[in-house]
This record gives sequence, C-alpha cells and structure tokens, in this order.
Amino acid sequence: MAPLIVNDIISQNTNFFLAFLIGMGFGFILESSGFSSSRKLVGVFYGYDTVVLKVFFTAAITAMLGLLFLSLFNWIDLDMVYINPTYLYSTIAGGIIMGAGFILGGFCPGTSFCAASIGKIDAMFFIAGMFLGVFIFAEGYPLWEGFYKAKFMGIPTLSQVLGLKDGIVVLGIIIVALGMFWVGEWAESCFPREEY
Amino acid sequence: MMNTSQQKTKTKTRYINPYLGGVLLGLVLIAANFISGRGLGASGAAKSTIVAAVETVSPKHAENATFYKEYSASHPEGPMKAWLVFQMLGVIAGAFLSGAVFNRLKLKVEHSPKITSRKRIIFAILGGILFGFGSQLGRGCTSGSALSGMAVLSYGGFISMAFIFGTAYALAYFVRKNWI
Repeated sequence: MAPLIVNDIISQNTNFFLAFLIGMGFGFILESSGFSSSRKLVGVFYGYDTVVLKVFFTAAITAMLGLLFLSLFNWIDLDMVYINPTYLYSTIAGGIIMGAGFILGGFCPGTSFCAASIGKIDAMFFIAGMFLGVFIFAEGYPLWEGFYKAKFMGIPTLSQVLGLKDGIVVLGIIIVALGMFWVGEWAESCFPREEY
Repeated sequence: MMNTSQQKTKTKTRYINPYLGGVLLGLVLIAANFISGRGLGASGAAKSTIVAAVETVSPKHAENATFYKEYSASHPEGPMKAWLVFQMLGVIAGAFLSGAVFNRLKLKVEHSPKITSRKRIIFAILGGILFGFGSQLGRGCTSGSALSGMAVLSYGGFISMAFIFGTAYALAYFVRKNWI
C-alpha cells in the first residue's frame, strides 16, 4: 500500500502539497520544542539543557518503531522507502565538519530556518553562511569529487551490518535511548539553566 | 508557593514537553515515509536554491561545471520543483505559526551575555559555512541524514549522527565561553 507516491496512489502535485503540510508539522514541532533557540540547542553539549537529545531520540525511536510495525502489518513496503546510501569516508568527514558547524554556529540547517522565521537574526546569518558553504562545495566539487564518492558501501542498514534482525536492533536503540534520557535528566538537575 | 510558581510560568518561555515533541516529530517522520517514501530534510533545499541561483545568474557556468551538471542530470524537473523545497517552505510557515501561537515572534540576536552580538554573528556565519559544506559532503544534515536515516535504520544515518554529535562534544570545551 504505502509509500503512497511510489505506488501512484497520489499524484506528484498532491505529494508536493503534502510535503508542505509535513514541513509545517516539522517546523511547528521544532519551534514549539525550543529548537529556535541556539542557546537551548547547544545546551546538550554542556549538560544544562538536553532538549535536543530528548526530542531527537524520542523522534527517532518513535519513527523506527512505527515504520517497523507498519511494515509488519504490510501497510508499508520498506524496500520502496528511500534509504540514504553509505559512502563511508564522506559521511564521516561530513559529520565532523557539521559537528564543528553545530558547536560554533549553534544551529543545524532545519533549526536555523525555524529560528529565522521567528526573527532570530543570528539564525539569518547562519543561513547566509550555509548557502555560502553549499556554494563553496559546488564550486570546488572537482577537488573533492573523488573523496565524495570513495568507499561506497551500497545502502546497508545497521541491522545488516550487525547481522541482527531489525526488531532486535530497534529494541537495543530504545534501551540506549532510555539510558541517555536518564543521563540527560540527571545532567539538567546538576547544571543551572537560564531562561533565554 | 502557588503564586510564585504561577508567576514563574508566566515569565518563562513556554515550550512543549520534549518527549511529547519527540513523539509528534516521530509521527511526522512516519507520515513522510508513508506518504512520500522518504524522510525529512533541510540542507537539500539549500542546495536546490544554490543550484537555481547559479543556473539563473550564470547558465553557462551551470552547464559546464560538474556539480551542476550532475545535479540537473539527476533532477530533470529543475532544482526548485523538489519535495524538500516544498517541505522547507512548510517548515518556515510552521515555525512562524508556532512562534505566533506561543508569542515568540521577535527580531533579536540571541547570545550569551558574556559575548557581543557581533561575535555571535561572526560565529553563526562560520558555523553556517561549515554546516553547509559538511551537509553536502555528508549527503544530508542532522534531519536528512542523521534523524531520517536512523528512522529507516540506515547505517550511514547512524554514522552521521555519531560524528555530528561526537565532534560537537569534542569541541564544546574550546568554545565554552560563547555559550556558558
């Protein structure tokens, strides 16, 4: 049955319209959880505010579990869902550069758009920088094209790499997430938090 | 006691419970996969914008440079007719709506009292450049690669997540004066 677009149950235009609505939900939830504040986001790296950890991992395990159940009932064909390919080197290097961008800039791309749309001027400058960063990547592409495409591993899932069933992997991640929530709550009780 | 706590909630910036926010975000992510067969994203829309801008300003350059050639080969409908572009327009609208509902619409530079607005903005630009570049190299950012990737158990998604957060933790000490 699902994904609806792959099975031609909805048209391309309907898909784009629904993309807008999905985006609205995404933006509303990020903003109302406090992701429009850089000081709140960065709190997770100092322990005074772990909202990022809680929202991010709750969302991840909710979605994992939901998709697992939907596929179990044959309501969605997970083979038709886009899974990002793994190019080991560029994924690692990209992650390192993004992590540096996160702690320096205080946002990631999605949250910067949320913050800018409620009037955060620092987020607008972050977005300007982000456009510049994408432009630099595009213009210098021949320089890093080889590295960008190196060590292609196909589109493996974590369960395939570990040789475990999806359900077991998801269960493991849920347990890890619950442990992290506990640490997060503990950290917040240790460090004072200002209002910003 | 009652009174002081009520006053506190009045002056406090009100956010929804993070676990509730997470469950709702997870449901949105399921909806994206169920309807469109893909996850959420953000940096892809920035890429679309840059490609569209370059194609408009310098069509000749866009025809010759490898990056733009590869992009238009894989996106025959043009850079702006993309799922992520519509989704990001929704994000902007949704965040604005939330800001309006919770009374948070205000033009300001948010920064720690220990640093100037100017310093905050310089670091925001620097962070933006790194994030923009890194998201292209890593084929997606925190939402597209890490969160959406993890939801479908993508190996790459977990690697992205680990290195984004790991690096930020590793560097946190050196820039602590910007935040705490």
